[in-house]
Amino acid sequence: MNGFPAITLLTATPIVGALVLAFGGDRGERRARATALGFALLALIEALVIAWGFDGKTTAIQFPERHAWIPTLGVEYRVGIDALGILPLLLSALLVPFAIAVGTTPPERPHAYHALVLLLQAGLFGAFTALNFFHWFVFWELSLVPAYFLVKLWGGSERRAAATRFFVQTFAGSVAMLLAMQAVFVATGTFDLPRLAELGRSGALARALETRLHWPGVAPASLATLVFAGVLLGLAVKVPLMPFHTWLPDAYSSAPTGVTMLLTGALSKMGVYGFLRILVPLFPAQIRASLGLLLGLVVLTIVASALAACAQKDLKRMLAYSSVNHLGLCLLGIFAAMQPVAAGPTWALERATALDGVLLQMFNHGIVAAALFGFVAAIERRSGGLVGTHDFGGLRTVAPVFAGLMGISVFASLGLPGLNGFIGEFLVFKGSFALAGAATSVATLGLLFTAMFLLTMLQRVFAGPLDERWKTFPDLTRAELAAFVPVVGLMFALGIVPGLLLRLVDPGIVEFVKRLGP
Amino acid sequence: MERVAEFLWIIPALPLLAAAAIALMRRRHRRPAATLAIGSLVLAFVASCVAFAATLRPAAGEGLVRLHHDFAWFEVGGAAFRAGWLLDPLSAGMLVMVTFVGSLIFVFSVGYMAHDANFTRFFGFLSLFAAAMLGLLVANNLLVLFMCWELVGLASYLLIGFWFSKPEAATAAKKAFIATRIGDLGFLIGIVWLHHATGSLLFYDDGAGCLEQGAIARLVAATTVGGMAVSTAISLLLFCGAIGKSGQLPLHVWLPDAMEGPTPVSALIHAATMVAAGVFLVARVYPLMAASPAGTDVGAGAHAAHTTALAVVTWVGALTAVFGALVAVAQDDIKRILAYSTISQLGYMMMGLGTGGPAVGMLHLVVHAFFKALLFLGAGSVIHGCGGEQDIRRMGGLRRAMPVTFATYAVGMMALSGFPLVFSGFWSKDAILHAAMVWEPSRIPFVLGLCGAALTAFYMTRQMWFVFFAPRVGTPHGEPHESPGTMTVPLVVLAAATVLLAVPATPAWPWFHAYLAGHLDELHAGWNAGAGVVAAMAWSILAVAVGVAVSWRLYSRTPAGTDAIEIALPRVFRALRARLYVDEFYAATFHRLARWASLASDWADRFFWGTIVDSTAWIARGVAWVGRVFDNDAVDAGFDAGCEGTRGAGKWASRIQNGQTQRYLRLLAAGIVAIVAVLAWSGTR
Repeated sequence: MNGFPAITLLTATPIVGALVLAFGGDRGERRARATALGFALLALIEALVIAWGFDGKTTAIQFPERHAWIPTLGVEYRVGIDALGILPLLLSALLVPFAIAVGTTPPERPHAYHALVLLLQAGLFGAFTALNFFHWFVFWELSLVPAYFLVKLWGGSERRAAATRFFVQTFAGSVAMLLAMQAVFVATGTFDLPRLAELGRSGALARALETRLHWPGVAPASLATLVFAGVLLGLAVKVPLMPFHTWLPDAYSSAPTGVTMLLTGALSKMGVYGFLRILVPLFPAQIRASLGLLLGLVVLTIVASALAACAQKDLKRMLAYSSVNHLGLCLLGIFAAMQPVAAGPTWALERATALDGVLLQMFNHGIVAAALFGFVAAIERRSGGLVGTHDFGGLRTVAPVFAGLMGISVFASLGLPGLNGFIGEFLVFKGSFALAGAATSVATLGLLFTAMFLLTMLQRVFAGPLDERWKTFPDLTRAELAAFVPVVGLMFALGIVPGLLLRLVDPGIVEFVKRLGP
Repeated sequence: MERVAEFLWIIPALPLLAAAAIALMRRRHRRPAATLAIGSLVLAFVASCVAFAATLRPAAGEGLVRLHHDFAWFEVGGAAFRAGWLLDPLSAGMLVMVTFVGSLIFVFSVGYMAHDANFTRFFGFLSLFAAAMLGLLVANNLLVLFMCWELVGLASYLLIGFWFSKPEAATAAKKAFIATRIGDLGFLIGIVWLHHATGSLLFYDDGAGCLEQGAIARLVAATTVGGMAVSTAISLLLFCGAIGKSGQLPLHVWLPDAMEGPTPVSALIHAATMVAAGVFLVARVYPLMAASPAGTDVGAGAHAAHTTALAVVTWVGALTAVFGALVAVAQDDIKRILAYSTISQLGYMMMGLGTGGPAVGMLHLVVHAFFKALLFLGAGSVIHGCGGEQDIRRMGGLRRAMPVTFATYAVGMMALSGFPLVFSGFWSKDAILHAAMVWEPSRIPFVLGLCGAALTAFYMTRQMWFVFFAPRVGTPHGEPHESPGTMTVPLVVLAAATVLLAVPATPAWPWFHAYLAGHLDELHAGWNAGAGVVAAMAWSILAVAVGVAVSWRLYSRTPAGTDAIEIALPRVFRALRARLYVDEFYAATFHRLARWASLASDWADRFFWGTIVDSTAWIARGVAWVGRVFDNDAVDAGFDAGCEGTRGAGKWASRIQNGQTQRYLRLLAAGIVAIVAVLAWSGTR
């Protein structure tokens, strides 16, 4: 069962880096950044080695490790990777070095800043590999704590309020989820996610909740729904699903931009991942029972967030709403796949298409959104912190390379074919349309509004006559190019050869779909 | 020869590689960039000719050459998603046209853009534009076609906004992208629906493709909301994309603004690429559009089917044809007139597709590409020669100053107006009018088409008059001059092609028509067995004659600098000049609605959802406050009172212990007395 502990090693790498930085003391920004980048790149190499060794053809859990931890509570240290986890894991490994390289290192306590960034990465690695709920939850929370401090200590002018809102809302969601999962534990006696998935699929979980839980004042029949709602709340806040998203624009715009890259690029994926790993396998019947409401909320999320983005006058808030919109598409794919269908290869294919699309969309949105915020960070450094859409104009004249690369990222974000955003969106739409036609048709409006605000942004910032203030706006530096060019290159590569990612996940998703039930 | 399809990708790949290479070049590499762009497109032209030749051989069996080569692109849901390349008369004819016209436009650009600082970048974008269009033509998969379709949109966005420092150019670029994207939403839904319903997006796959009998039969049999056949619903959704891309009503608004780009870009957009894509799409999915339960005659062009989808195409086309021609009458900008004429001509193409089938519509598309490129490049030459002036009322008398431009422009003008016999435009338009005349459901499109033809002759004569014949009006830009050879040579070549194309397009020897319809065996048959050909021709000639004569008579007598219609019908003229207020209508409705919706969403976020969340927080705080009050006043108060009592008792007790022996002894004595008394009392009982 236990081979070489590749995943433990991967998760430990950023923790070691964080400890080195924390105990090394403040030795200046450069040193802190270089150290952090070193550890992050090391983790990236380890993750790439894991991805290289990952066999996309088998559907078994790979690189498994299993050790007893708190046996009386059914808590194990159990990790491994399957089709659901491999892409978010790779994404986390990719984005942290990118964010360190592109984001601005703060002059105050840079070592603490980078230590927290690495700790955040450890939380991500842990959450995307854990197969035991308790263990998963520890890492889920572990990623929240550094994020809170990063926003609170190094954020913008509204940082205190934003950090508190962020922490309180996501934490409230987490508490709801924890309580719900404790109820599950009381009813079933296990925290093991693959085991719970089996119980959920057979309906034994709901029966156990009905018979074993005795909550005063709650009818036994509605216990499963209540527990489901608790887990849903925790995940919906994280993704976010409207109306649980109000922390997000504030947090994204107040956080240091390098941290926002990770919040939108990687942390938001934990929510989507949670849907696939926990909610869908454990509570299929409950999701189906409330599918109309969930699809309605998803469509609202997709359309209203794109519309709200049109009204923003600040680059960071606009991109924050754009993120909500893109993640809404992921949830659309997941909920559409839960639509009850007749048995048969056609419908299984549509479900697999939608879920493949979801996984691709997670990965691609992570890269593109992080890149866009990375460009915003570069603008901030040049403008002294100004990020209003009306503060600029004609920048393409003085910074053509900057405009070109950011333009490519913008088009990737609005789903231009040939760049990475397209295939994921297409697969989500393709699968979802067959399964939930009306909701998907309305959701396409999101594509239109996304194009509207992104192109308006490009126009305001880069086109038109050059604003006098920015005559000396420097183009991308060599160091910035070194960080951006590989990422933009990846956008092209994944857009032209989507098979690079699909071959890792498709067989696993086909297997996953088989277990979805009717 | 069977393997031609396998190498078809080379044709779009050539300009694509050129675009990629130019993207990496520096600004000063002007000559290598232009050479690379033109060279790659000329090579693509040669390759296209080879492909074209391959389609000329009569195929074994069906009599229709259709070669395709497919490959697995990626795997999803355990099944391979296949894409591929397709070569048939439709794509081969278009390939030759696009590469030929494109090459001439590229050459023309060398002269036209000679003084532009971003010359290198311009050729990169042009190459991307050509590559995307060529990819669209060779695609054997609707998704690949859609991808190239979007890339065409991107390239047009980049080129229309090429002079990005001009706010109008940047706005026009955005408008083009967004207006076409509105149509693309329908297109995308159509694609995913088609994919779901047929299980394939390959057009032709030896019987399993989505445009072949099996799939079509299934689509026709299934019905959706309102009893509509699925095939009709999907056709109409796909047509939404064509409406956006090909500037049909009501999404035409981006096309006139697109002339904010450099003139060669306008030529490319209006002739060879972009707008042609929509017409091509309809022709490509024609088997789907023509599918009806009564039995489908897939691929036959001579006798078009009558289906709901094709009726919609016809009506949209007919209305667009008249609308564009009407608005063009009152425009003063030389390029704007041509832009509206494109809208109008695209309407004719749609009408031709709807009433006569793909061969009729595509014939006009190919022929139109030549003379519209000629007209736009001619207009570019005029603008270049007049130092940037675009208002036709401030030109005049240019036929002496720019003889080559004048002669070639006149050829283009006559082809567009449909001058009889020697100009290709006449024959292709006649084919459309004839198809409309014999169209069973209604005669109105035919009448609209005739009105459009008269109007076209009218506004083109007006334009010719103002630009080349009217008395010379002094402009601040100095004396007009003829353009250099890089600009006039493409004009001459295009003019020659415009005339020569008339030969294979006549009904007497409808070779091109038969080729496009895939009936090579009918090479020498007269078209449509002659019914009504002469009548249609007579009507068409009459319309053109009326248009030209009225226009010439009106304008040759109007004083310089004024407009006859403006004087006669000022209100009508104003409405036409304002483009019938379509833009204003959209600004007042859709723009306002979108703006309102976005503000509402933002407001909802800040206040509504925010308030819900915050009020939850307030409730929590309220509960906390109640808890605090309870704690303070009930729990704590009791606790405090208890504490206070204890403390008071302690204080009182501590007063006893004041260190005075007498007091201790007194208390001791009192205690003993008390104990004795108690014991005595209890003892007596």
